[in-house]
Amino acid sequence: MSRWIIKGLKTGVVTTRYPRHTEDAPGVSPGLPRAMRPGEDAGDTLGYDCPTGALRHVDGRLVVERGRCVHCFRCVRNVAKPAPWEDGFEWTAIRDDGSRVPGAFQHSIYICVIDAGGCGACINEIKHLNNPYYNIHRLGFFITPTPRKADLLLVVGPVTDHMKVALQKTYDAMPTPKRVMAIGACAISGGVFGSGFVTGAGIADVLPVDVTIPGCPPPPLAILHGLLVLAGRKDAAQALAPSLKSTKKTAEAG
Amino acid sequence: MSQARSMFPGAIERVVHSGKGGAEIQCRREALQRLCDWLFNQKNYHFSGLIVEEHPHNWQLRYLFTGPEILLVKTGAPLEEATFPSISEAVHAADWHEREAEDLYGLTFEGHPLLGDFILHDNAWQEGIAPMRNGFNPEVALANRLPNREWRPRRILTAPGAFIMPIGPVFGGATESVHFQLETTGEEVIRAFPRLFFKYRGVEKLAEGRKIDEALLLAERFAGNTAFAHALAFCLAVEQLADIKAPGRARILRIFFAELERLRHHLGVIAGICNSTGLVVAASQVAILEEEALRLAGGLAGHRYLFGLTVPGGLSLDMNDQACREVAVNAQDIIRRLDGIKNTLINTSSFMDRLEEVGMVTRDQARGFGLAGPVARASDYCNDLRRIQPYSGYESFDFKVPCETEGDGYARLRLFLAEAAQSARIMEQAVAALPPGAVFAPCEATAGQALAGVEAPCGGMWNWLRLDEYGTLERYHFLTPSFSNWHGFHLAVEYFTFQDFPIILATFGLSVAENDR
Repeated sequence: MSRWIIKGLKTGVVTTRYPRHTEDAPGVSPGLPRAMRPGEDAGDTLGYDCPTGALRHVDGRLVVERGRCVHCFRCVRNVAKPAPWEDGFEWTAIRDDGSRVPGAFQHSIYICVIDAGGCGACINEIKHLNNPYYNIHRLGFFITPTPRKADLLLVVGPVTDHMKVALQKTYDAMPTPKRVMAIGACAISGGVFGSGFVTGAGIADVLPVDVTIPGCPPPPLAILHGLLVLAGRKDAAQALAPSLKSTKKTAEAG
Repeated sequence: MSQARSMFPGAIERVVHSGKGGAEIQCRREALQRLCDWLFNQKNYHFSGLIVEEHPHNWQLRYLFTGPEILLVKTGAPLEEATFPSISEAVHAADWHEREAEDLYGLTFEGHPLLGDFILHDNAWQEGIAPMRNGFNPEVALANRLPNREWRPRRILTAPGAFIMPIGPVFGGATESVHFQLETTGEEVIRAFPRLFFKYRGVEKLAEGRKIDEALLLAERFAGNTAFAHALAFCLAVEQLADIKAPGRARILRIFFAELERLRHHLGVIAGICNSTGLVVAASQVAILEEEALRLAGGLAGHRYLFGLTVPGGLSLDMNDQACREVAVNAQDIIRRLDGIKNTLINTSSFMDRLEEVGMVTRDQARGFGLAGPVARASDYCNDLRRIQPYSGYESFDFKVPCETEGDGYARLRLFLAEAAQSARIMEQAVAALPPGAVFAPCEATAGQALAGVEAPCGGMWNWLRLDEYGTLERYHFLTPSFSNWHGFHLAVEYFTFQDFPIILATFGLSVAENDR
């Protein structure tokens, strides 16, 4: 056992200096398309079709819906006029209906994670929150084994048909006050799967969403930013669109 | 295949030869069982999967056997005769493939002991819904559901005091959704039933009717941890249809990134194994390496999981040679540090006791269940598509396919370690052999069918693609390694105790998303 202690000590501290300082190591985030700044020109045509509708051209302006972006890079690679892109990871959006989402918790937050049909990348990034590079324990965030003592539900995936009941039961088992965080494009908007016969268009169809973290998958630092926002220690990047409402159609079984 | 003709007089209607000695063998329905039995049990072909297609007037089934060459055994029936003989008694690896076809297409396999309640859970859907049928609209959710309220987990164990231990689908921690029913009398897991498809997203159905560009997103992202390999298989299939090859530089870079992904995937599995035994320092040490591999990918290709990089015709982004060299050097450094961790691990008796002679899978079992990838190779069942069906230029690389004989947890750990080292070695060769030139060639796919395989980090994976004349997908089918490995997973956990269960699970390195699709 002493060998492990020595090995651990020899490794030194690798933990990010975020949130006290900025983190700009290469490869921590894929970035996201950003809205145009005043004076910037979107050009005549964008020359590409955004496959998930994250980018739209409205009245000569580029409209960016971050929650839909899946980092396919088709708007920046091999196109005549690349879309404006920003690095960084502070993308958290919160529900903005006057109910003060971040007010409920200020110090430690206990987190329950549920996979509602994700591809595994979001889950992997959540796993990495516990690795020495990010180490969320130091900031008072803990992943708990049971929803009974969880304050926050992290949901990934577009909500598959088979996971709906499990998701609802997990939410119901949590004590109030409780918050729900949608992680990644699938949980926010259905992502590349979209609303279909076994997938939903995100978790807003099933649960009230308080916080969303865009990205496909959002890097660990983006999720960390979301946790800090919820604890009132960082500001959100934007307010959530007022209605994360369902547009799901149903049909009679044949 | 002349031998097959003489063995089965009158049964084989037609043989169409393809490249590399492969063939498509059209056979009568009545002779299907005997032919597949012969190929699997006498000629020792690996069974890779079943591809079902519904055409306007008939069914077409293709049974994929792989080995030195690729054989597709093809049989058909008119649409109204949706009944085929089950081959799974002779070819056990076909068991789950037939259950899938029954659930999604409503086909019946005569002689199969257990059909129904597989992908569509009977306690959520009524029987008789066949979502992969052509008339089924995938865009709307089904109302009027009549789930089977009588559904109960299957029980085999009748000993006094026997009960079922349910685990999942929600876990304490960041884990993919899967449910286990473990039958026990208290100490040992006597029977294990993984109940999968909680994450069934109907990707194959969603892909139908989509353009190649749209389908690429699905192909890439149904399992994010091994996205590059899956996207590559899709692109290779599309390139087959366009009858082109990606430019030399793109082909070498694809190998470079495929190996970077394999390295990162295996590091994740190794970290999971350390974590499952409660060895936190070791798990953290390996997780550091995994995060570094993710950052290498993110720094070089713009995305930590290499999304959006490979496209039909090549890559979407050219790389700087010097930056690639640095990544290869860093990968070697990761392997060097991983070696140090390995040396400490094998001297940690509390760790080794949990792995050695735990979760054994024999070679015969691995073959019978059609296991793939590192899990199969740890049981001395060595199939590696990079070696037996080289693609993208793997034939010019010098690398070993590690193989172990014990088939226990420790053998699987050694295999993941050894393969990670080989990946770094291939990356080094790739940057040394990187030619100049373009990384993209225009790719105009024409109507037709294509089958492409790659060795994904979890094992060999095949993509079946049928494109119509408008450039949209008619049928898209994945044969994934996790599907076959989940099929055989219960072999390893039965007759071991409960505390061994999470460790054996970790050593299998299974992906739920890749299985559930």
